[in-house]
Amino acid sequence: MSTELQKPKTTAGGGQKLPGRESADRKEATQGRWAYTLLAPSLVLLAIVIIYPVINAIVMSFQKDSGLDATTGFFSEGGPAGFDNYIHWLVQQCTAPGGGSVACPPGTLGAQFWDSMGTTFFFTLVTVAFETVLGFWMAIIMARAFRGRSLIRAAVLVPWAIPTAVTAKLWFFIFAFEGIANKLFGTQILWTGSEWPAKWAIIIADVWKTTPFMALLILAGLQLIPDEVYEAARVDGASTWQRFRLITLPLVRPALMVAILFRVLDALRMYDLPAIMTQGANGTTTLSILVVQQIRQGFNTAAALSTITFLVIFLVAFIFVRFLGANAVDAATSSGKAK
Amino acid sequence: MTTATVSRTSATSTDRPKRPFNWGSFRTYISAAIILIWCLAPFYWMVVTAFRDVGFTFDTTPFFTHVTWDNFATVFDESLGNHFGKNLLNSLIVGVVTTVVALVVGVFAAYALARLNFRFKFVVLGFILGASMFPGVALVTPLFQLFTNIGWFGTYQALIIPNISFVLPLTVYTLTSFFREMPWELEEAARIDGCTQGQAFRKVILPLAAPATFTTAILAFIASWNEFLIASQLSNDSTKTVTVAIAYFAGSQPHQEPYTAVMAAGTVVTIPLVILVLIFQRKIVAGLTAGAVK
Repeated sequence: MSTELQKPKTTAGGGQKLPGRESADRKEATQGRWAYTLLAPSLVLLAIVIIYPVINAIVMSFQKDSGLDATTGFFSEGGPAGFDNYIHWLVQQCTAPGGGSVACPPGTLGAQFWDSMGTTFFFTLVTVAFETVLGFWMAIIMARAFRGRSLIRAAVLVPWAIPTAVTAKLWFFIFAFEGIANKLFGTQILWTGSEWPAKWAIIIADVWKTTPFMALLILAGLQLIPDEVYEAARVDGASTWQRFRLITLPLVRPALMVAILFRVLDALRMYDLPAIMTQGANGTTTLSILVVQQIRQGFNTAAALSTITFLVIFLVAFIFVRFLGANAVDAATSSGKAK
Repeated sequence: MTTATVSRTSATSTDRPKRPFNWGSFRTYISAAIILIWCLAPFYWMVVTAFRDVGFTFDTTPFFTHVTWDNFATVFDESLGNHFGKNLLNSLIVGVVTTVVALVVGVFAAYALARLNFRFKFVVLGFILGASMFPGVALVTPLFQLFTNIGWFGTYQALIIPNISFVLPLTVYTLTSFFREMPWELEEAARIDGCTQGQAFRKVILPLAAPATFTTAILAFIASWNEFLIASQLSNDSTKTVTVAIAYFAGSQPHQEPYTAVMAAGTVVTIPLVILVLIFQRKIVAGLTAGAVK
């Protein structure tokens, strides 16, 4: 390992030996070995708890679920399924009682794939949009110097600290038919009992819980902008809106993109709030809920769906990092390099 | 009318010695009050309801009325089929073990990532970040079958192992950013004084890193304490955690949601966290935002 590390560097030097070059290489090589020794326990543990289950899930997803065979009526042991489980979800084809495949009847889990995909992306888009705008506003307020600022900064941590399961129950109570929300607004809405109110109840609960996280990340970005920049802009006669658009926004962009990336990936795996508030009823079934419901009906079909969910989230993360410049890894390494 | 004249005059002559009224800071206070109410009102409502007599569940009086401890008694009452004390203990065990394992293992990785130059550092960091964003539901399916097969269903390790998958990356990531900001010159000094790199790490850096490690431990514990998806699928009656218990809390009437008792249970689970968070507010904010912006 160490020789491999050294070789390309010395040849890259073009035969010319720079003083101290070789010892620097050796230092990096020993550092490398030491670094991987320190990293090994974490990497091995993560491999066991993440990579092994993922590979397991991929293998499972290409197997048939054991159970009563619809065509023969006998118990079947499973066996290789090819891409059948994936096709089952993506084109919503179920096995027909007489053999062959038909469109999954409405109400079955198989028929809900694209709906729940749509629901997941709808929740993600709407909650992250609200959280970004609200979080930005909160961050701007928190960045100002005023008495009681630390009180606000402490207060925003309260929704963040409350377990999501408790948040779900709390908002379930607030949105109860006789609950405070209906009384406050003089409405008589069955919040968790009909489609759009249920969606909005979940969105509001999620926005309440996670906006503080967004606000704190944006605030940290805002605090990196030196005051002199604003001072200079003010001297040059820039208006408040111009200062925001031309200074704040571009300078806070890296932090903002990372915050949005974190929140998007988190929202795409949303489970707790809809699972507790509506049990996925009334068009609130997210991909995660669909996977959990499918587990009880067949591991292998569920494994295919969880693999699809994983790939969707991976793809979104890739698009963010590649095309929108949300480079969390870069943000994490750059400060180390700067020193 | 007066506001219009005030703003016009202040716009023309910016260096006036005395301003009649500072609208800017007035607006800041209004905004701050809105944030305060938005963040605290639902939490306050939970606590108020937790102390309210069941008969007045839907009372809208905004302060403590019909105060009673009954709901807390209901929460810990085992006759309804709830075992809230046991659930609290389960959450504590899973949370503490997960945190300790993640810290013990993660502290070395964080040191390497923060301090050492090595090949593929970028890849390793990317992998760890990716792991922290990994969807829990992709683990539940294979682990559900695996744990059923090897008879681990309803054991603590069946909850701790998947929890490590998201607590360990979080730990490594947070610690790495904390470690970058430590006075590492002291390590250099120790090495000049004759310590090996390992000794310098043990004798100088570890004591220095204790506050950062403690903050990371709080974040890790909260993450594990709040976990719901994995616990709801991979626990049984003997290992059920508090979040799962609250979600499926059984009331005395079969078709009536025991709102006040659930709010009391929520208060029991949340108050320690809120106190912890308020005490270590500064550190926690630093830990939460560490790494994301630099």
